Amino acid sequence: MATLEIRDLHVSVEAENGPREILKGVDLTVKQGETHAIMGPNGSGKSTLAYSLAGHPKYTVTGGTVLLDGEDVLEMSVDERAKAGVFLAMQYPVEVPGVSVSNFLRTAATAVRGEAPKLRLWVKEVKEAMAALQMDPAFAERNVNEGFSGGEKKRHEILQLELLKPKIAILDETDSGLDVDALRIVSEGINRVRSTGEVGTLLVTHYTRILRYIKPDHVHVFAGGRIVESGGAELADKLEEEGYESYVKGGASE
Amino acid sequence: MADVQNTSGSTTAGSIEVGTAGAGAQLAGPGTGRTTVKQPIDARVAVKPSFDVNDFPVPTGREEDWRFTPLHRLGGLHDGTAAAGPRGEDKVEFTLPDGVTAETVGRDDARLGKAGTPVDRVAAQAFSAFDQALVVTVPKDAVLTEPVKIDVRGEGGVRFAHVVIDVKPFAEAVVVLNHEGAGTRAANVELLVGDGAKLTFVSVQDWDRDAVHVAQHNALVGRDASYKSVVVTFGGDLVRLHPRVNYAGPGGEAELFGLYFADAGQHLEHRLVIDHDTPHCRSNVAYKGALQGQDAHAVWVGDVLIRAAALGTDTYELNRNLVLTDGARVDSIPNLEIETGEIVGAGHASATGRFDDEQLFYLMARGIPADEARRLVVRGFFAELLQQIGVAEVQEQLMVKIDAELEAAV
Repeated sequence: MATLEIRDLHVSVEAENGPREILKGVDLTVKQGETHAIMGPNGSGKSTLAYSLAGHPKYTVTGGTVLLDGEDVLEMSVDERAKAGVFLAMQYPVEVPGVSVSNFLRTAATAVRGEAPKLRLWVKEVKEAMAALQMDPAFAERNVNEGFSGGEKKRHEILQLELLKPKIAILDETDSGLDVDALRIVSEGINRVRSTGEVGTLLVTHYTRILRYIKPDHVHVFAGGRIVESGGAELADKLEEEGYESYVKGGASE
Repeated sequence: MADVQNTSGSTTAGSIEVGTAGAGAQLAGPGTGRTTVKQPIDARVAVKPSFDVNDFPVPTGREEDWRFTPLHRLGGLHDGTAAAGPRGEDKVEFTLPDGVTAETVGRDDARLGKAGTPVDRVAAQAFSAFDQALVVTVPKDAVLTEPVKIDVRGEGGVRFAHVVIDVKPFAEAVVVLNHEGAGTRAANVELLVGDGAKLTFVSVQDWDRDAVHVAQHNALVGRDASYKSVVVTFGGDLVRLHPRVNYAGPGGEAELFGLYFADAGQHLEHRLVIDHDTPHCRSNVAYKGALQGQDAHAVWVGDVLIRAAALGTDTYELNRNLVLTDGARVDSIPNLEIETGEIVGAGHASATGRFDDEQLFYLMARGIPADEARRLVVRGFFAELLQQIGVAEVQEQLMVKIDAELEAAV
């Protein structure tokens, strides 16, 4: 069973006046089949955690370890992490002009699976996954994220999640900017992947709204660059009522 | 991590120069762009066009038309030393569809020099020094179903060439001039597109890394004729091409497409001139280039002149560059000079973008290795332009070449 173990993770970014530490010792274990919600106020560092795990070059790991089934994730290049089974659904997916969605998906699937998927089966697989996300087939011929609406970008991210079948899915604010219908469609896609029991999900979100559709096993409150409280789904209800105020005023703002 | 860190850091894409003469960034529709230009377009060039090399002083590098070109890498094409030395050889193979002729003719053949006149010393040197010219003729009304192919393989040394492609009225042809191998070459290529004729001329510069190639392409587009120029430049140490268009009658149409890929140390220069002096003609220019590596240098200069007589002109030119790594340099200069406002449209656009870290990260985060991610992006960047060529066989062959280039270079 795949397990992602994050131990005492410290991460900095280059700021104008030198490096600034954003993650200040994160400990978290995500197992295959589990869903963890990471919730926290703006600027708490929860997106930094997501991007650091995927290996974004902007973030420098200054301490701690990240292991996926005992393998050192921090030693891997960005593409190696993806091949090892780490997937990051981005809050702001990037436009890649000149590269069609269908070409992109097939190239990614070939890279992650280690061989080109059989064309006939692949076409069917993509078609079904797109239909499930209520995406127009014409979408496949558009350039990656170019001119996509907010909802289209997020569906495209979840489409990749469904096709690439990672061991660990990190979903960074996938719910932000979505209307109720789009949120439902995207959540259903995530739930289809979760229902296989083969993915550990790290759901990074500011709002509790998406948790109406996706029931987490664990909820962690993120503040001041670390996890300050962990609990079950009931912790989300508390956050819904009380907000993050107590965490921001408390131990977080050091 | 190493791959990502290679491309992080500076986000400057090198020096980008975008100059406009007279007109603003965009001019469209009649009544706009009534800019009065006192000098004709070639006035920026110090010397009048001439077939005689002695009419041109040896360039110093300070002239407007030479200021980007590293003269010391021209192999002496510009200062007479190349012409004074021994000649090298080319191996040339022809594929000629039925009815098409290819002749080797002497310097005194009456068909030479009709499409245009050399505009700089190297082109004049080529005209003054070539021994024999090649004349390819597509007869009147012939509609070719197969391309004419001229495969040139340079076998070192210095050579001066002169080629005439004569497409007679109402004929339709695709002509592919492919350059490979080594050497120092200067040439003039004349493209005579007869009234109502259609010519697609493809010039591929797939030279060895140390080759030097300077050429002027003069197209004379007949009444209601259409001319399509496709220039693809990958190889060579220094390549400098001058695709030029003149119109022999109203209703002519010219489309000039270009693709180039400059690797570390390569200098690839494309200088286009479209001289609208005839009413109701159209022109459309789209050049796209990708660059990578230290001192990769691309120069694109697009001069479009709409003279007072050229009523009803419709023209647009575009240059896009994609800089893949630090250390590369692009100079992109569209010039639009308009002497009449009674036109359909005139515009130009130039932009240089960087394949940025965020795009690279996005693709790599889906398992795609850095080099493959770059290939994917460049392939897509070029494919958009290739699709506009409209000749399926040419598109496919060029895509194969692009893939081979990307496989080897990126």
